[in-house]
Amino acid sequence: MIAIDVRQLAKTYQVFRKREGVWASVRGLFRRDYKAVHAVAGVSFQIEAGEMVAFLGPNGAGKTTTLKLLSGLIYPTSGEATVLGHVPWKREYSYRRRFSLVMGQKNQLWWDLPAQESFRLHKEIYHISDDDYSRRLAELIELLEVGKLVGQPVRELSLGERMRMELIAALLHRPEMLFLDEPTIGLDVVSQRRVQDFLKHYQAEQKLTVILTSHYMKDVEALCRRAIVINAGEIKHDGPLAQIVDRFSTHKVIELQFADSTIPVDLDRYGSVFDVMSPRAKLRVPKSRVPEVLASLLSRYPVEDVSVHDRPLEEVIAEMFREK
Amino acid sequence: MHSVRKRGTECIPFYESMRTHWLILRTSIAERLTYRADFAFATLIRFLPIVTQIFLWSAIYAVNTPAAIDTLNGYTYANMVAYYLMAMVGRAFSSMPGLAGGIAREVRDGTVKRYLTQPVDMLAYFFCARMAHKLVYYLVATGPFVLVFYLCRGYFAGWPDALSLAACMASLVMAFLIGFLLESAIGLLSFWFLEVSSLIFIFMMLNYFLSGHMVPLDWLPRPLFVVAQHLPMAYLAYVPATVALGRYSTNELTVHLLVEFGWVLALWGANRWLFARGLRRYSAFGG
Repeated sequence: MIAIDVRQLAKTYQVFRKREGVWASVRGLFRRDYKAVHAVAGVSFQIEAGEMVAFLGPNGAGKTTTLKLLSGLIYPTSGEATVLGHVPWKREYSYRRRFSLVMGQKNQLWWDLPAQESFRLHKEIYHISDDDYSRRLAELIELLEVGKLVGQPVRELSLGERMRMELIAALLHRPEMLFLDEPTIGLDVVSQRRVQDFLKHYQAEQKLTVILTSHYMKDVEALCRRAIVINAGEIKHDGPLAQIVDRFSTHKVIELQFADSTIPVDLDRYGSVFDVMSPRAKLRVPKSRVPEVLASLLSRYPVEDVSVHDRPLEEVIAEMFREK
Repeated sequence: MHSVRKRGTECIPFYESMRTHWLILRTSIAERLTYRADFAFATLIRFLPIVTQIFLWSAIYAVNTPAAIDTLNGYTYANMVAYYLMAMVGRAFSSMPGLAGGIAREVRDGTVKRYLTQPVDMLAYFFCARMAHKLVYYLVATGPFVLVFYLCRGYFAGWPDALSLAACMASLVMAFLIGFLLESAIGLLSFWFLEVSSLIFIFMMLNYFLSGHMVPLDWLPRPLFVVAQHLPMAYLAYVPATVALGRYSTNELTVHLLVEFGWVLALWGANRWLFARGLRRYSAFGG
């Protein structure tokens, strides 16, 4: 079943162009220059119910704008979209009860009150029965290990603890759709891992449909099989995450360990050498030349150990973004 | 589930809606009480201008005493103090410190998103939060108000009759609604302008004058007064004070209460319109 159906969705902002200098500011009082910024430029995709899809792209690529469109926060300039059968920007209550939006940089909980007060308010806002509320809250508290923290004012919690509380608030009403915008931003490695593990477990158990935007490839690799790569408002790739490396990386990495501690001086004739730490070195080699280079290296030098890797996803995506 | 409230194509059982808003109110009160000492201190400090204003009027009337003028535009010193104190009661209901600026800040920094993605009406949410603000304010301010009124009891002609009292209460409740709706309308303009602090300043300035806070509106030249007394701002202080002091005939009272009610409806409509139009312009800034 298709949960999200997006067709030629576009959002263009008219942005005031402020010129430099006092005179330009005075002139701006009478005549304002605007330029059109195509934040999302006619994207189309479909997401099946129960899928967890990563939305990747550099800052300003249009990821968050797409999430804002799908959660009904903003109106599109053109195009169509339905989420769980609803047109998001109609902002019907029946739709708002079926999804949650969690933004890593935005706090939805009452800052000066313990998180449990916000949870209770969510219970009323989403009309959750007493039994469901108690059961779900206990389950989420246990999964996220925040039992001792729910009575503490939110302002006193660490960033990681606060994000876990945000997730509880977002999931109490059992949404069918979850939009996660940078949920692990600013978190330490342990907190990131905890949030990842929870999301993985919860999504599998509840068959939740999730769109995740994140700059941390560790999040993406741990949670999503499919990725939509967006840049300058357009979709550059939509498919399995693993395909990104195949499709966009023209090179592989050969990692070598030499038998003696000297690194051959002419190694760079086979490819670009990097990460040299005697007796180890890495070579970036065009995919088509890998067999030939390997054969030559093994015949010419005393190689003790060798392995061939794909370039890290993070590196490939960074390169894609640079190319635009 | 007898009564329903319509939202778009959806019907929300009335009692469920009331329960939700009751809890928003309770949570807002709990939040207000977090910094209760600061709030109490700020509230008490706000009584100082009332005392100084009474002294100021005393000085103004004292200047005229040798010339045997004991009234200014039909107000004796006692009338003036009584009017001023009742106008302050009106202001206690109708002033909404920080409301417009708060809405603008939430629109600007993006925190407003939480009201737009949850199944809750943003304006109703702000209304409950403001009611909580007022209830906590009354909790702190009632004592000082009672003390000031007790000390100034000699300036009042006596207790108003039951009709004036009932009309005064109705007028004060509507003053609260008009005050809220005027400020929230300014706050909603932030969907267009993002920064509304200048608008708030202009509104505060006009409000100080046109609500009758500075001087009673019937001190204005007749044509100006005729217009000013029916503007929404007159209902924030002047009209409730004049009702409480029994200065209106029954006919005038009826007309004013009807006009005040009309303003409540008109401003409510304006708020809904601004909110709906504003959402179409909203760019969800701030991440």
